[in-house]
Amino acid sequence: MRSSFGSFRFWAIGLASVWLTLFVFFPNLLVIFTSLLTRDPQATVSLPVNVDSYVRTLDVLYLQVLWDSLRMSLLAMVFCLLIGYPFAMAIVSLPKRWQPVILFLVILPFWTNSLVRTYAIQFILGNQGIINKSLIGLGLIDKPLQLLYTQFAVILGLCYILLPFMVLPLYSALEKLDIRLHHAAKDLGAGPLSRFWYITVPLTSPGIVAGCLMVLLPAMGMFYISDLLGGAKNLLLGNVIKTQFLHTRDWPFGSAFSVILIVLLGFMLWLYFRASRFVSKQGGLNGSDF
Amino acid sequence: MAPIFRWGFMGLVLTLIYIPILVLVVNSFNASKYGIKWGGFTFKWYEKFWNNEGLMGAALNSLTVSIVAASVATVIGTLAAVALHRYHFKGKALLSSMVFVSMLTPEIVMAISLLIVFMALGIKLGFISLVIGHITFCLPFVIVAVYSRLKGFDMKMLEAARDLGASESSIFWKIILPLALPAVASGWLLSFTLSLDDVIVSAFVTGPGYEILPLKVYSMVRVGVSPEVNAISTILLVVSLVLVVISQLLLREDK
Amino acid sequence: MNEPRALLILNNLSKTYGSNRVLDNFDLTIFDGEFFTLLGPSGCGKTTVLRMIAGLEDTDTGNIQLENHDIGQVPAEKRPINTVFQSYALFPHMTVFDNVAFGLRMSGVAKEEIAPRVTEALEMVRLGEFAERKPAQLSGGQQQRVAIARAVVNRPKLLLLDESLSALDYKLRQQMQIELKRLQRKLGITFVYVTHDQEEALSMSDRVVVMNKGKVQQLGTPREIYEQPANLFVAKFIGEINQLVGEIVEIDGNHEYEVKVEGLQWRLHAEHNFKVGDKVNVLLRPEDVRVEYIDDPHPDQYLVGEVIERNYKGKTLDSLIRLPSGIEVIASEFFDEDDPSFDYSLNQKVAIKWVPGWEVVLPHEV
Repeated sequence: MRSSFGSFRFWAIGLASVWLTLFVFFPNLLVIFTSLLTRDPQATVSLPVNVDSYVRTLDVLYLQVLWDSLRMSLLAMVFCLLIGYPFAMAIVSLPKRWQPVILFLVILPFWTNSLVRTYAIQFILGNQGIINKSLIGLGLIDKPLQLLYTQFAVILGLCYILLPFMVLPLYSALEKLDIRLHHAAKDLGAGPLSRFWYITVPLTSPGIVAGCLMVLLPAMGMFYISDLLGGAKNLLLGNVIKTQFLHTRDWPFGSAFSVILIVLLGFMLWLYFRASRFVSKQGGLNGSDF
Repeated sequence: MAPIFRWGFMGLVLTLIYIPILVLVVNSFNASKYGIKWGGFTFKWYEKFWNNEGLMGAALNSLTVSIVAASVATVIGTLAAVALHRYHFKGKALLSSMVFVSMLTPEIVMAISLLIVFMALGIKLGFISLVIGHITFCLPFVIVAVYSRLKGFDMKMLEAARDLGASESSIFWKIILPLALPAVASGWLLSFTLSLDDVIVSAFVTGPGYEILPLKVYSMVRVGVSPEVNAISTILLVVSLVLVVISQLLLREDK
Repeated sequence: MNEPRALLILNNLSKTYGSNRVLDNFDLTIFDGEFFTLLGPSGCGKTTVLRMIAGLEDTDTGNIQLENHDIGQVPAEKRPINTVFQSYALFPHMTVFDNVAFGLRMSGVAKEEIAPRVTEALEMVRLGEFAERKPAQLSGGQQQRVAIARAVVNRPKLLLLDESLSALDYKLRQQMQIELKRLQRKLGITFVYVTHDQEEALSMSDRVVVMNKGKVQQLGTPREIYEQPANLFVAKFIGEINQLVGEIVEIDGNHEYEVKVEGLQWRLHAEHNFKVGDKVNVLLRPEDVRVEYIDDPHPDQYLVGEVIERNYKGKTLDSLIRLPSGIEVIASEFFDEDDPSFDYSLNQKVAIKWVPGWEVVLPHEV
């Protein structure tokens, strides 16, 4: 097409390209670059370029934090998958008319303030919260259970906030699954369990990976969940990054932790594309829409 | 799965999702300060919020940021969706992968990357940095919403318009925009709620002189229970819920 | 008809997508006021030609002249040419009236002139009372007519129709063919129609160009193309045809040849120049093949074949007959209820002949 098409085309392409380059592409490069710099009390960061920050993440103290954070996030991911998968299957098995309604009900909370909902969980789990009060009221316990400020509370909060992100990709993967494959497998003598394991799971693997990606990565960053539900001991990677940036002001070190997240994102994306290529080769669904 | 079991399971999950929200909303009308026992119906927490100048100022700031960010993101995002849908150009793959990546990037990474870039560019933290940050995370949502609506239409229509003498800009104003309008409106509403509710990016890119509501709420709930938080939270929840429901109805209509 | 005046001249057009050459040095002249059809299988380049005329596709080489002006650089929106799209491409958010008025509004036609012109165009396609409806509330045939009205209301020099009837069902298509023809005569606008349906092409057009692989195969009236196909592709594409292989054994001069076909020698006419020993294709339309009982007295020579399939088609009876060489011939005969000797049984030996001169002799190709 010709450039004489005039300015509309120019602006349509230009604005977003410049914006995303300036505030997504360029900043991500800067994060990587910053992680290689040295902390400087006067100018925040300065040369020389080095990998000290990465070496410091291997410190036992931080390795422990990293591991705790990863474990809580992974557990949240697993629980989301365990709840989300049957849930998505249940939605798919509904009449077409009902599917968007239930789906909408699951996604709706995503658009509301997650801080506020985290606060609601805090409210429920607290020593004076509904659960403890009811249990005491029923005479099942006489002293409140320590529910709040535990790893359990953090994992519960993460699951609660992130469940929609698991259900959505699983639903779209399951929805595209050709029911005739099941009929064929049934015809060939496969029971419900082997049908699930040999047909449903492999063919929805891109959805599974996408769901895990969309739960695990945010889970590592949601500092206010661990802040409100985990207390001072149960930290997520997000808390470490936040502390390094806003309090200790060690930007290279904070950036190094972020780069770890970016690498994790890259790895999971790679896994996702591999899974969707595998499935589309088998004649199932396509990869992303973009 | 047997239908009863299926419905039971879905019902249970949905109930667990909505119980905390319900508890919060009910408690915002609870006269008892610690919200343990029902102390009678009251509006006093809402009044306290209304009369708290600091909170109201933060709320006003939040509204300003959200309206500006949602509007700019909608304009840029709509144009970008049209460009991705309609044109072939150098760097198209790069643009769409930047959209894709910015959607998947964990918010915390986006937050610090924006903070670093503001420092590098010498942009003062405050209103401007907040607005830029919010536009950045809203943008992909608008692009995807508008793009997927445009994808549902017959591209030949645009050729027909050209064939009938329409210039590029008339095609946009007369054909594309009217057709995409529900998605554009829904993109704005979703951006508005995303912006209004954001904590992570805001926590990094806000400046000392510019307070916004979610961050105020954050610092309040960290120090302990204060009942007006329930009122603010309820307002935030209800605003989001209403806007999202409207945006979904917009998209459903006439399709 | 008066001396035809060239309206549109396509000169040496080429187009390559990647390694796929969709149009190869394509030349064509379209006359003012004619109903012209581009016919060919999908992928032959016909739609590309149409889109280049409309300005929706750039050309790699060559030029396009409309009334002796080069319009190659004129963008689609500025060309006095309109298109009826295959999928109609009506604007779903506008009423029928607004759809039809769109082109007039875009070209800045005076407000008070728009309404009467739109109404007139809608009346012409008999949709006067549907002006306030939305496209989704119309049937496929009605949408089709809106698309036509939307294009002709602009009084284009040239109306392009891209497989415009293919989405309609058979009966409606027949009806629209007649209507299109009527409309074209009434408006006097030159129509350029693209189709892969040879029946449609033959029944509507003044002239047809048959295309394959980006090249012109034959240009002519429907009758010329049907009766005098220029090559095997055209012969096979335009309706069914039987292909017998022969060899020139003698040249009688003046395009008359003695040709050996299926072991017998025939005196045939051919437009091409052949040498003795040349292999040729002898092509016969199924309806030109005569099948007779072998016991009847035959004054002239005939081929003998065995009936291996019979298909009753309503108006005609099609028989598939295998010749001793293994070649199978289709004969399509009209029912004649007074002729008792019409029905053959399977495996029956029959005599096959044709009216001399109705065959087409072309150089041999497979």
